[in-house]
Amino acid sequence: MKYIDEFRDPQKAQAVLQQIKKFSRKLDRSAQNPLKIMEVCGGHTHSIFKYGLETILPDNIELVHGPGCPVCVMPRGRLDDAIALAEMPNVIFTTYGDAMRVPGTKKSLLEAKADGADIRMVYSPLDALQIAKENPQQEVIFFGLGFETTAPSTALTILQAEREKVPNFSVFSNHVLVVPALQALLDNGELQLDGFIGPGHVSMVIGTEPYQFICDRYQKPVVVSGFEPLDILQSVWMLLQQMVSHRVEVENQYQRIVKPQGNPVAIDAMEKVFVPRESFEWRGLGEIPQSGFQLADAYSHFDAEVKFAVPHYQSQDHKACQCGKILQGILKPTDCKVFGTACTPSNPLGACMVSSEGACAAYYKYHRLSAAS
Amino acid sequence: MTDTNKNIAKSPSRKKKFRDTTVTLAHGSGGQAMRDLIDDIFVGSFGNPAMADLEDGVSFPIQSLAQLGDRLTFTTDSFVVDPLFFPGGDIGTLAVNGTVNDLAVSGATPLYLSCSVIVEEGLAVDSLRKVAASIQQAAEAANVQIVTGDTKVVPKGSADKLFLNTAGIGMVREGINVKSDRLQPGDAILVNGPLGDHGTAILIARGELALDTNVASDCQPLHGLVDIIINACPQVKAMRDATRGGVATVLNEFATASGVGIRLQESQVPIREEVKGVCEILGFDPLYLANEGKLVVAVPQEAAETVLAAMQSHPAGQESKIIGEVVEAAAGVVWMQTGFGSERVVDMLVGEQLPRIC
Amino acid sequence: MCLGIPGQIVELTDQENYLATVNIGGVQRQVNIACIVDEEHSPEDCVGDWVLVHVGFAMNRLDEEEAAETLDMLSQMEMVQ
Repeated sequence: MKYIDEFRDPQKAQAVLQQIKKFSRKLDRSAQNPLKIMEVCGGHTHSIFKYGLETILPDNIELVHGPGCPVCVMPRGRLDDAIALAEMPNVIFTTYGDAMRVPGTKKSLLEAKADGADIRMVYSPLDALQIAKENPQQEVIFFGLGFETTAPSTALTILQAEREKVPNFSVFSNHVLVVPALQALLDNGELQLDGFIGPGHVSMVIGTEPYQFICDRYQKPVVVSGFEPLDILQSVWMLLQQMVSHRVEVENQYQRIVKPQGNPVAIDAMEKVFVPRESFEWRGLGEIPQSGFQLADAYSHFDAEVKFAVPHYQSQDHKACQCGKILQGILKPTDCKVFGTACTPSNPLGACMVSSEGACAAYYKYHRLSAAS
Repeated sequence: MTDTNKNIAKSPSRKKKFRDTTVTLAHGSGGQAMRDLIDDIFVGSFGNPAMADLEDGVSFPIQSLAQLGDRLTFTTDSFVVDPLFFPGGDIGTLAVNGTVNDLAVSGATPLYLSCSVIVEEGLAVDSLRKVAASIQQAAEAANVQIVTGDTKVVPKGSADKLFLNTAGIGMVREGINVKSDRLQPGDAILVNGPLGDHGTAILIARGELALDTNVASDCQPLHGLVDIIINACPQVKAMRDATRGGVATVLNEFATASGVGIRLQESQVPIREEVKGVCEILGFDPLYLANEGKLVVAVPQEAAETVLAAMQSHPAGQESKIIGEVVEAAAGVVWMQTGFGSERVVDMLVGEQLPRIC
Repeated sequence: MCLGIPGQIVELTDQENYLATVNIGGVQRQVNIACIVDEEHSPEDCVGDWVLVHVGFAMNRLDEEEAAETLDMLSQMEMVQ
């Protein structure tokens, strides 16, 4: 497929890899004290494991998988709230497939569906709006998930619902923001990261400027990256180049998609429809100020939290779970006591085991091979 | 009910034309309405002497079976596909080919099938008639006979339109021993063509994701291809049709049962461009998508090229490929060697694949 | 997060609601093109555009020159070998 296959070319990958190896030798880093690069986006985590990039990088470079999977970082209480909404009478609850299997306190959306709730998977919020138009007698709630990549599509859908006057459509917003999360990570004294692979698709919306504070205040380089294996390898190479030449900059590897100013239409829609919440809880990371979106007052008639009595469940993560420290790159999944024993992909206790993008789920898969061979 | 079914016209047992347009509970009552439905739609379509008797069971002379092999294989499968009709087939073709293929990959020559039907009240009789015709066509193509069956009608909401169950028997030729625990390091793994077509076709046909592409189900009988494989290599180790769970699931079962590792070569795995497209959009892995006319076969290394050539000579195997090999390392694990020289595990799925945005 | 995939806009389907058909590797889907339309680029201009598709929206135009440049740079690394 055009613009995909070219960026999966194994020969080019080998060439970049050779360059990475060359530069990695110039670093004063060993396998015991590796260079730690965090990819913030779960999409990158997914590609890294899909193409086995960790297994081919030199052993003095470690990729740390950050809090970039929106279903992983959603606190269990919010999922319990979603299930409560879905189980109300006369409701059609629509969601991306990603959220279906995430365990709540008592059950997942998949189990709630089996129990009789009308829960439907959609590919787009526009499909949810369509369901609302086709079922005027029922309330259709859309589970708004994701970072700034996905938030504009929810916003544009709400604007369309407003134009078309669809009264039975609403959104349960759990949209979260990347920059406040990065800020919280960087303010954590325990954290030892050397650089960031920036989220390409978030950046296509917000641009590259919002990451400048990472360079200015924390002296860490950032390379905004695409999602194909060559993109990620090239981004690692660009980070190494910065480090070897003692530069600290925001660079853009994903120029074919990301413009410095982002996408003005998307930003405008997002700013019109959403306002930052005072604070939002992240699974594993706790409360982070200004890190989530709720609907602005002018659109509160589309806000499921205003329209319906959302229970606002509070629930604690499992005591033994180390997701918080894993998401920050302080611990590896294998350092967690319950990893692979009480906590597995078929019975996840913690956020990072829930989605295939979660660091623990990815490790679980990969380590079966290295442990067995 | 204007369309006349050719098979019905041929059928000697047809008493009178069945004129109802919708299946009702009366058709499952055991009375005349049921008898009329069965006579017209099923006996009419399947028209063969064993079926026409409508006895409670069907008997086979053992001696004639024994001429075909030294072991009898017996299998069953249920079919609950939604939608009932999709590009490349329908629930009827699936029900026949599914059971034919289960027999074939066991090394058996498929012979006789049963077909049980559970109908949800309200189904159009036309739909039922179409499915029955498909069953008969598929049975003819696979050279098997439908010899016994059953019909039940359940109240609306108790089933989804139409469920089918087929069971089948076949005979295994002497000396053929196909089992998933027989893989050994060095064996080659082959598939008979592009993967994931059926899963993709069903996903598109459901329409929920509003995607459009021209992929048809690969639903087809594999008995002929299996014959060719067995003739080319009587020592064939293991065979499985890669239905639900896809090729990845079959290979994991092979690896676990045989206590071996299986290494796949990503560049050799055949997948259609459109199937790749759907997978890219929804975040699916084609290795886990369902097939209805694809088998995975393990043969000794030295026979691999011969078997490949034989498979490619058959219409159901023109796009066959050697996709991997059995290795001693990492017992029970299946993994993929990527073009980058990296490796990734191809695990069992926890549940079904769900479309993802992340 | 954020599964996005390049596709090409092949047809406008509903100009008023910014809807168009995108082709992704032989798969068609209706997408919203509001994010790639501005004063200098009308909905009609979008036909033929390569775009990045995410959850049913064309989120950005794909800059074909930049793509070629990135690939060039990668090819140069190959030459160095």
